[in-house]
Amino acid sequence: MPSVRMGIKTAFDARNTSLDMASLLLRQVNETLQKAEAGAFVVSNPRGAHALAAGLTGPIDVTIDGHVGYYCGGMNQKASIIVNGNAGTGVAENMMSGRVHVKGDASQSAGATGCGGLLVIDGNASSRLGISLRGLDIVVKGSIGHMAAFMAQAGNIVVLGDAGDALGDSIYEARLFVRGKVKSLGTDCIAKEMREEHRTLLRGLLDAAGIGHEIDVAEFTRYGSARTLYQFHIENLGSY
Amino acid sequence: MCGIVGLFLKDKALEPQLGRLTAVMLHEMCGRGPDSAGFAIYGGAAGGVSKICAVRRASTLDWADVAKRLAAATGSKVTYDTIEDHAVIRIDGDGTAARAWLIENVPEATVLSEGEAIEIYKGIGDPDAISERLRLSSFSGTHAIGHTRMATESAVTIAGSHPFSTGRDTCLVHNGSLSNHNRLRETLRRHGERFQTENDTEVAAGYLSWRMKEGDSLQQALEHALDDLDGFYTFVVGTRDGFAVLRDPIACKPAVMAETDAWVAFGSEFRALAALPGIDGARIWEPAPATVYAWSRS
Repeated sequence: MPSVRMGIKTAFDARNTSLDMASLLLRQVNETLQKAEAGAFVVSNPRGAHALAAGLTGPIDVTIDGHVGYYCGGMNQKASIIVNGNAGTGVAENMMSGRVHVKGDASQSAGATGCGGLLVIDGNASSRLGISLRGLDIVVKGSIGHMAAFMAQAGNIVVLGDAGDALGDSIYEARLFVRGKVKSLGTDCIAKEMREEHRTLLRGLLDAAGIGHEIDVAEFTRYGSARTLYQFHIENLGSY
Repeated sequence: MCGIVGLFLKDKALEPQLGRLTAVMLHEMCGRGPDSAGFAIYGGAAGGVSKICAVRRASTLDWADVAKRLAAATGSKVTYDTIEDHAVIRIDGDGTAARAWLIENVPEATVLSEGEAIEIYKGIGDPDAISERLRLSSFSGTHAIGHTRMATESAVTIAGSHPFSTGRDTCLVHNGSLSNHNRLRETLRRHGERFQTENDTEVAAGYLSWRMKEGDSLQQALEHALDDLDGFYTFVVGTRDGFAVLRDPIACKPAVMAETDAWVAFGSEFRALAALPGIDGARIWEPAPATVYAWSRS
């Protein structure tokens, strides 16, 4: 399709290239974004499309005006993606670097298995936020649902609101900072002392998410692994 | 997988468009359930007349003969209309006994629903083709529930398609799978519930019908379901005047809801809601686990 190819070529240099999904196919939009090495793009009329702006590798800016479906910004590298709306399951899942900012709410498994970069959610996130997290930083301005940070290995999760049931179940070395109430902690997840290094880390994460000093790091509790599941205990043999 | 859509109208002016809007929503869920599809439409209730929806299993079935035999058996006036392989049989008074007679005496048909307002239609294959063939867009009404099925628990048959209805003007669609349906089915049979399939969702529908016969409101019946049903589920339930949503305690299956002054809508994914009028100004949220959401026309 020569006309599409020409469109992509032009998009490399343009600022604020407009991609309207009322007339473009999802594949055309993703192909344009995935091939772009620079520039800023505005995607309109996403109408809940899945895998939008997934697999981006260039340091581009993408603004999506509307609600997106599953896996938006998945596997992201370097790109900065703003969603002016809600995001479906698995936003920024397996993200490597860059930034994804959801202005509305996020559905389940936001930031799952993320390796690096920053995910900011202005609203609430539902269940399984940051499960199996491996280095991504997540900041949620609202509250989060159950089973967040399940088996999270590395990275940080900051929640300004409350957390649901079983926070940090079977967690490894990810750090969790919750300002509100935690409904229940998962197995092997405990509240931990906030030392100076943690206050500095948390302040840095809040700054990165654009949250000012009106939010005091002293209001947060740190949660992490009690490390009792790390070794096999022979007295538990009967349980297997 | 499986896809669910639901639309409960608050604005009467939208009622002529109920079928069209439901068809647009169902279209978006084709990919989640390409095996079969079905929809329940509530509307057109005439006082004192019951509607029984049925679909024929054998092409030799003669609806005129069925209507004549039903009238003779019940002593009531019986009329009927057909849409493709479906018939809407109208009978004066409560249709509960007529429904039971049809299940017992007309094995060539599957009875889909009975009530003053409800009509259920189902088919096998591409959901878009089914809504086209059964003229979904032409229906008007107050609320509708649709389902696209990717079968897991039982065979791809019309009887195994959703929505399931086992009680008057009550239906249920389900995304998920129940793990205690065999034992529960036996318990419900002892309480007098009647089942037409081996399907898990039919048991959930029968459970709600039984609870409401015992005096529960829809809200209470769903709260009891949280204790008695084991497995994964997102349910959307319709009654003559109501519409409700329930997700299992770990919220395994997806759900998005939206509400404006004109309607309340449910979709397995947001894209099912994207074309609704006024969606840009709607309140949109993900229903919380183990929480009953219910609306009623009072």
